[in-house]
Amino acid sequence: MAEDAESILTNGPYNSRPRWKYLDNILNRPGPFTDPDWVCGEPALEGLSRAKILVIGAGGLGCEILKNLALSGFKDIHVIDMDTIDVSNLNRQFLFRHADVGKFKAEVAARFVEKRVKGVKITPYCGKIQDKDDDYYMQFAMIVCGLDSIEARRWINATLVGMVDENDPDSMKPLIDGGTEGFKGQARVIFPTMTSCIECQLDMHAPRAAVPLCTLATIPRQPQHCIEWAHIIAWEEERKDITLDNDDPEHITWLYQKALKRAQEFNIPGVTYSMTQGVVKNIIPAIASTNAIVAASCCNEAFKIASNTNPFLGFPGTDNYMMYTGDVSVYTYTFQHVKKADCPVCGNLAKDLQVNSNSTLQEFIESLAERPEAQLKKPTIRTEAKSLYYQSPPTLEKQTRPNLSKKLYELVSDGEEIAIQDPAFQIAFKFKLVFEN
Amino acid sequence: MLKIWSMKQKQQQDESAATGPKKKKVTAAQLRVQKDLSELSLGSTMKTNFPNPDDILNFTLTIEPDEGMYKGGRFNFSFAINQNFPHDPPKVKCTQKIYHPNIDLEGNVCLNILREDWKPVLNLNAVIVGLQFLFLEPNASDPLNKEAAEDLKSNREGFKRNVRSAMGGGSVKGQSYERVLK
Repeated sequence: MAEDAESILTNGPYNSRPRWKYLDNILNRPGPFTDPDWVCGEPALEGLSRAKILVIGAGGLGCEILKNLALSGFKDIHVIDMDTIDVSNLNRQFLFRHADVGKFKAEVAARFVEKRVKGVKITPYCGKIQDKDDDYYMQFAMIVCGLDSIEARRWINATLVGMVDENDPDSMKPLIDGGTEGFKGQARVIFPTMTSCIECQLDMHAPRAAVPLCTLATIPRQPQHCIEWAHIIAWEEERKDITLDNDDPEHITWLYQKALKRAQEFNIPGVTYSMTQGVVKNIIPAIASTNAIVAASCCNEAFKIASNTNPFLGFPGTDNYMMYTGDVSVYTYTFQHVKKADCPVCGNLAKDLQVNSNSTLQEFIESLAERPEAQLKKPTIRTEAKSLYYQSPPTLEKQTRPNLSKKLYELVSDGEEIAIQDPAFQIAFKFKLVFEN
Repeated sequence: MLKIWSMKQKQQQDESAATGPKKKKVTAAQLRVQKDLSELSLGSTMKTNFPNPDDILNFTLTIEPDEGMYKGGRFNFSFAINQNFPHDPPKVKCTQKIYHPNIDLEGNVCLNILREDWKPVLNLNAVIVGLQFLFLEPNASDPLNKEAAEDLKSNREGFKRNVRSAMGGGSVKGQSYERVLK
């Protein structure tokens, strides 16, 4: 008994993995929900410790996610975040200390977790997710997101959907997305191209509450209205040539003083510097426990997907979205968000289309009407960079008309994606033009 | 995971393989704008202009009302659409200084669907119809140019005269306006 207890404290030889005792219990024997084909023990443990996992975001959710993954047996974790640590992060982003203010979040978080959980390797990247290409994302087994922007979510989602190559099982990367706003949050799992993606679920995001411009301009009632007025109207009138930088204290101070003066004119109390910062940056108070709950749920799913020990959220045809509401007691609901047939990202994936690069755009458009896989009579066509031909509006038609007589190789490169819109169809068609010659 | 993959292969066995080098993809915002542009009904009173035809996310719209008190004018609006469209509304501004209760001197436009009532199901056509409506029925109860709104409310005929003179490049209440007549 005594020896047993001591070995746990000293990491002694009696049980070489006392820290992972409960994890090992799960990995070393099948449970009531494990798949009959699942092999317990060494292979399960191997799968988990060899899985390379990417965490996007090292903020409120990211700190929790990194800690949870490291304590769940993941050994090779990468983390991306472009931000530096602000003093206001310290109340909940527990991997950071006062002395870290100003340093990169990804770097500091990685070092902290590595120090606390021996044997874990965390590779930070301090920059934007857009800096990295498909090859970079291809190396991971799965991706966990703790982001605060819809734009970044849409980007990574579109990238992962675009990476799926049906000849390569490893190209489908499960995406686990966590999000919180005050007392509310969600955890969802996406198998790109197989299940409903972030773009399919775009309407699940609450729009940013906006106040009518005329209220701001004429009858403000709340201190926030005065700040929005300074932000949208006064800045444009008086400092048009300076781009507003939300992180520049001078800019925020200017807005604060403008808002304060306006509030006094209308007898509205309550405008403060920190409220100004909050309104301008659209800060929604983050609640540490909401982050903890959502991050725990995300990591739980990551663990189950990597170890195959239990059924996980997002298996095709089953529930894939867990929402949590903590503002009135505790409420969670898990459901299946279905894939949208007309989703612009995963609804219609680009198909290969063989073309002769010496034919003109006009000839190509005519061929579209005849090709059985297209049958498009009045197509509007673009690539990411170029408008090739627009049927309407009239001015754009005129501007793009000269392209009709150009040869395809002058307009697109081999393998480039084009998007075609035709009035006869609700959805856009995407093709990859493959040159035959 | 492997089970999911075999489901995937079953689902796609009829479709052709997508191979070749990775190229930039048309973005979701571009796809949506492309669709919206194809559904635009401009009629005879509106015209678009694309300074760079390859960039469909930035363009201007010219409205020439053929009835109402702004008849005979030519009004320009800039449209700036970001990659978050249609989650975010397009940013629309009047590029001229005009006398209108719902448009301020900086060109900000008070149209509910451009801000608080924007929804991703709305499209560019809804926006241009809304803009056109502002010239037919200026709305004094949602003022952005307070003087103009008071003017419209208190004396409709006087307001009409002021609109005419502002459109001609004259001054109203000490404020000079741009000439916007055709």
